[in-house]
Formats: sequence, C-alpha cells, structure tokens
Amino acid sequence: MRRLGWLRSTVASAVVAAAALGVLGGGQAAAQGKQLTLCWAAWDPANALVELGKDFTKQSGIEMKYEFVPWTSYADRFLNELNSHGKLCDLIIGDSQWIGGAAENKWYVKLNDFFDKEKISMGDFVPATVVGYSQWPKNTPNYWALPAMADAVGWTYRKDWFSRPEIQSAFKAKYGRDLAPPKTYDELKQIAEFFQGREIDGKKVYGAYIFTERGSEGITMGVTNVLYNYGFAYDNPKKPYQMQGIVNSADAAKGLEFYKELYKCCTAPGMTNAYMQEGLDAFKSGQVAMQMNWFAFFPGLYKDPNVGGDKIGFFVNPAGPKGHFTQLGGQGISVVATSDHKDDALAYIKWFAQPTVQQKWWQIGGYSALKAVVDAPDFPKSAAFAPQFLESMGIVKDFWAEPSYAQLLLDMQKRVHDYVVADKGTAQQALDLLVKDWTKVFKEQGKEVASSQ
Amino acid sequence: MTTILQPDHATIPGVSEPVKSRAARRVHGLSDRAIAWLFVAPTIALLLAINIFPLIWMIRLSFTNLNLSMSYLPLRFVGLDNFRDILTDEDVWFRLQTTAQFVISSVALQVVVGFGLALLINRQFRGHSFWTTIILLPMMLSPAVVGNFWTLLLQPQIGPFNYLISLFTGVPPSSFSMTGQVSLAPWTIVLVDTWMWAPYVMLICLAGLRSIPDYIYEAAEVDRASAWRQFWSITLPMTVPFLMLAVLFRAIENFKMFDMVNLLTSGGPGSTTELVSISLKRAAFEKWRTGYSSALAIILFVTVFGAANIYVKTLNKVKQR
Repeated sequence: MRRLGWLRSTVASAVVAAAALGVLGGGQAAAQGKQLTLCWAAWDPANALVELGKDFTKQSGIEMKYEFVPWTSYADRFLNELNSHGKLCDLIIGDSQWIGGAAENKWYVKLNDFFDKEKISMGDFVPATVVGYSQWPKNTPNYWALPAMADAVGWTYRKDWFSRPEIQSAFKAKYGRDLAPPKTYDELKQIAEFFQGREIDGKKVYGAYIFTERGSEGITMGVTNVLYNYGFAYDNPKKPYQMQGIVNSADAAKGLEFYKELYKCCTAPGMTNAYMQEGLDAFKSGQVAMQMNWFAFFPGLYKDPNVGGDKIGFFVNPAGPKGHFTQLGGQGISVVATSDHKDDALAYIKWFAQPTVQQKWWQIGGYSALKAVVDAPDFPKSAAFAPQFLESMGIVKDFWAEPSYAQLLLDMQKRVHDYVVADKGTAQQALDLLVKDWTKVFKEQGKEVASSQ
Repeated sequence: MTTILQPDHATIPGVSEPVKSRAARRVHGLSDRAIAWLFVAPTIALLLAINIFPLIWMIRLSFTNLNLSMSYLPLRFVGLDNFRDILTDEDVWFRLQTTAQFVISSVALQVVVGFGLALLINRQFRGHSFWTTIILLPMMLSPAVVGNFWTLLLQPQIGPFNYLISLFTGVPPSSFSMTGQVSLAPWTIVLVDTWMWAPYVMLICLAGLRSIPDYIYEAAEVDRASAWRQFWSITLPMTVPFLMLAVLFRAIENFKMFDMVNLLTSGGPGSTTELVSISLKRAAFEKWRTGYSSALAIILFVTVFGAANIYVKTLNKVKQR
C-alpha cells in the first residue's frame, strides 16, 4: 500500500509538472514562434556563428537552428538539398564555387534589390570576397550572397623549433642562410627537407603537411597553391574556356612536379588521403614543422595549449617562380529560394552586415570580409595571424565557379591524385588529360571551347 | 503413423456445409479473389512505387542529357549517346577491371577461409559455441564501422597492423601504408572484406556440412576410406551446391561494394581501388550527371543480372548431378 501511495503521488507530481511545463513552454513558443535554419559546414567558425547568432535572437526574437555537416560530406549533402528544392535551410553559407550553379539554377535569392533597399554596399567588402562569394557572372554587379566568412590557404609553423639555437645553427651550416618562415616554395622545400626525420625532444618529426585528400576537394585545394605560383591558369584571360597550353603549360607541369616532390620528400608516412582535420592532428601532435591549412582554423590552433601561443607562427603561402597567389576559401551567406521564411532570412543578413556585428564576428573566431573591420588600423595587431590573413586576401585566386564546378573539381582530384599519390604517368600527361576532361565538361555545358591560343 | 487433419473437411456443429462455404468465400460481399488482392495490393503498390517506377524512370533518364547541377539547361533526348560514351570510355573499363579483380580475389579468399572455418567449427570441441560467436562477430558489424576502425588499425604511424607486420618481417612500421600504396591498397580491401565476410561463407558451408548424413561417412569408414578420401569423395562434392550459393551471394554483394571501400581508401590512391560502384556514386551524386549515371546503372544491372542467371543455371545443373 505504501508503495502504491508513493506511486500515486509521483504520478500526480509528474502530471502537475508536465502541465506547468506545457503552459510555460507554450508561452515561450508563442513569444518566439519564428525560427530560421542556417546550414553550413561543421568546423570551428560554425561554433563562433552559433555564439554570434544569440545576439540576433535577442534582438529579433527569431530562434536560430543550425544544420552543420562535416566538410567531407558538406557539398554532397547541401547540393543535394538545393537540387531537390528542399526546405531544410532558410539561410545557407555555401561554398564559393557553388555560386554559378546556385545563380543559374535559381537556388539562391538574388540580393541586388535587397542590398539597394537596405543600403548594403558591396563596395564596403574586400573585393576578392565580393567576386569570389557573391557575384555571378563574375565581375558583374549581380549579387547572390553577402560575403560571410573570408578565408584562404595559409601556413603555420613551429616557431619554438625554428628559434632553437642548435636547430638554427644546423640549418645555417647546411643551407648558408638563417632559418626563417619561407618566402618562396624553394625555401619551403629546403626547410621541410631539413626537418624531415629529425629528432626533436626525443620524437621523430616531419617537414610539412600538405593536402592530399582524394574524395572531395582536398588535393585540388592544396596543389593549386603551388600551381598558381608556377604559372598555371584556368583559361586564357582573352579567350574564356580556352585551356589548351594554359592549364597544361610546361610551367604548370613544373608546378605539379614540385607538389609531388614536396609530398614525396617531406610529409609524414600515411598522408595519402589527408585534408584539414589530418593536418590539424599532425600539427597539434607535434608531428610536423609546417602545416598548410585554411586560416579559419588558425584561431583554434593559436589557443591550443600544446602548440599554440608562443610556439606557433604563421606565414603566407610562399611565392613561386611565376607569381605569388594563394587559394581562396570562404563562403558567402545566401537566402534559399525555396525557404518559407525569406523575409526573416533577409533580416538576418541585414543584421549580419552591420559593422558592429562584423567586428564581433572577427573577435570571436569568424573572419569578416568587411573593409571597416579588416582595414582598421589596429586590425593587424588584433590577432597573431591577422597580418598574414590580410596579405593573403590580397593575393587569392579561386577554382572554377561554373555550374559544372563539381565535375571540373572531381576531374582535377582524379588526375592530380593519380599523378602525385599513385605515381601514374607524368605531370604533363596528368594536365593534358585534365584539359581533355574539362573540355568535355564545358562542351556538355554548351560552352565554346577554343583549342588553341 | 501421423494423421494430418484437413481443415476444409472439419465440421463445425450446427453450421451446414453450404453456409460455411459461402461464408468463406464472401466477407462483407467480397470474393476470395478480391480479398486476396486486398491483402497483396499494398505490397504491390509499394513495389511499384519504390522499385518499378524508379527503374522505368531511370531507363527514361538514361536516354537524356540530364545533369542536375545544370537543370536550367533544356532536357534533350540523346538516344544511345550515354551508353556509347560509357562503353567507349577507357576509365570505365579500368573500373570494371578493378571491380572484377576485387570480386574474384575476395570471393575466392572468403570461400577458402570460410570453408576452412566451417570444417573446424563442424567438429565438436570445448568452447565450440564461444568460438563460433567470436568468428561470427565481424559480419554483424556495419560496413561503415568496419571501414572506420580498419582505417585506424592500418594507419602507418599509430595503427597496430603495421607494428604486427613489423614484428614478423623487421620492416619499419611507418615505412609502408596499406591503404596509401598502389601495390598494397587493392589487397587491403580484399583483406578487410574477407575478415568481415568469411564468417558468412562459413555459416553457409556449415549448413552444407551438417546436411551430410552420418551414415555416408560410416559406410566410408567400413570401406576403410582415409579422411582425405572422405573429404574429396563425400564432404566436398556434397557441399559444392552450398559453396556455389555462397559464391553467388558474395559476388553480387561485392560487385556493388561501396561503403567499406569508400571509407578505407576513397577509391585511392589515385584511382587504384575505385570500384565501379564508387564511380557510379561520383557520377550520380557528386557530378550530378543523372543521364549518364542512369545509363551506367543500367549497364551494371544487366551485367549482374546476366551473370547471376548464368550462374544459377549452372548451380541447378550441379544440384541435379
């Protein structure tokens, strides 16, 4: 009987509690009935965006829901969603290369009228990010996104190793110059060779970490950093889509050979299919002296208790014999055309474009593309990697942003991985085959492809 | 002697035969046939919706230029262009070759290992049930889990596999990469697939071994046949139909293998382990070449269907012998 009595009172309490919660919950829901879903990749800056979004909810009463997908399946997942006209995302931070397809397929809302109405000027943003993340066709005033997350490929290095007297003297004895962050790829290779297999603090370390991933975009996003600086271009600036002799020029082939040499001489064993996360792991575990990765990860690395702070340094992607560029990363934020909450989504973009919000975005781990933030006099001193980020954003180049970018990207992934990692054919053959693949894709897209310059 | 009672002939007191019969035929005015259709209809509708309709739609798409990443382009009927492109593409033939090598090597190894395990497990010994369960564990795991943990096991610097090899051969553990070297990666996917699926072959073989009547072995003993002779003349011939069944199941499964290989190597290094299923996925859901990938899917379907049919006919002939 006592047990039954206890049960009865428990049930009664539960009913009262549930009713109370129902009333409270119902009230809250009524007050904040609006909700927006923002889709992006699952990475460090996404956590910062969640923090930032709390201010938007506080101001507007609109709840923010997030759909973050790991980078390796980010494109598959969200392009599938956009292709199928799904309603999962109201706002999407889509990759820069999607802009052509998103505009042509009308997946995104065109923002020109909205920008005019709200007096949001694209002239207030870093030009490379406007071209890279917002415009389609490129270099025309047709805007489909607001630059949201500026990013580029940069490098980190072990400042503490570089500054050790015994390492410095050994390097000087071998190469006749001081050990310092490299300015050119030849210097980088020398430093990587110097560290490769060296024992530091009783542990064998390796020279450099570079992107080699096969499945999504990894090796392409890595190799282009070298190719651009060796003279590679996507097409003839005077004859669009004319690639013969440009993509597969002798200089470009030299660049590809260099990337393979760097991979063979100076990377850790087993890095045959490695991208962002593997690079972070290799650097954080004290395995490599230098790491290629996206600036987006640098705030997290700087805070790392083992390799951050005074132990880490940053440098801009080194120059090559034919120029000095780096691969553009980053994304713009767009309103999904099939969203039922377009007005609320536009309100979010309006809020996000404000200088105060952009300033906070940079402070908490995002990368603002607003000139008022990055051109501010104190910006270079605001973070250890800020000067390198600023310099990098001035020398960025991006991959194709055509609607057929996925085909173009996967073709390059295959040809480059076949040559660099699987030792198949020569660099020249790999690039010749790439021209053949890309020509076919553009012809399918209905483009005129000239075969000679 | 067991008597089987026929329910049709059973009588219920107080109910006459014609009344019962009518009641059986009609429920609320529905005939037997109508009731049968009523029961089968949801299944047929479901099959039509999720199997037949997509198949017909896919056949239709295979004759078009549809590319979902450029759905703004007009949909054009391209006849047999997609099929011609596929059959004249050197890369597709390489992928088919890679797939065939993977299927043949992995199924052959699984049959040998599975049959060997079945022979062992067929003997009664202490801990028999425990070891059977242990052997069966890998096939109960999801291929995604298997792919992920083998990736870690095979990692050249921290993975125990390389250390084990190093222990026996003296080769430094981080000097080779099982998933990253062109010469090793194809064998790695065979090895992992065999680890996972040999127990399945073992189960089928075990069913075959247990179906051989004891008296045949007793007669062989009387004839003083050696164990070796018994194996070749009784065990193997009588389990061949089961082995062939195992080969059929595993070959079909491995022909469409995707998840485990995708996680282990992503088709790399380069395109060394890019099976045709990975190519198909890339064409359909990464490049969005819907027309082309529909044609490729049809070609693969016809290939598997044709090969399986020939194989089943052979299996039936073996059974009849």
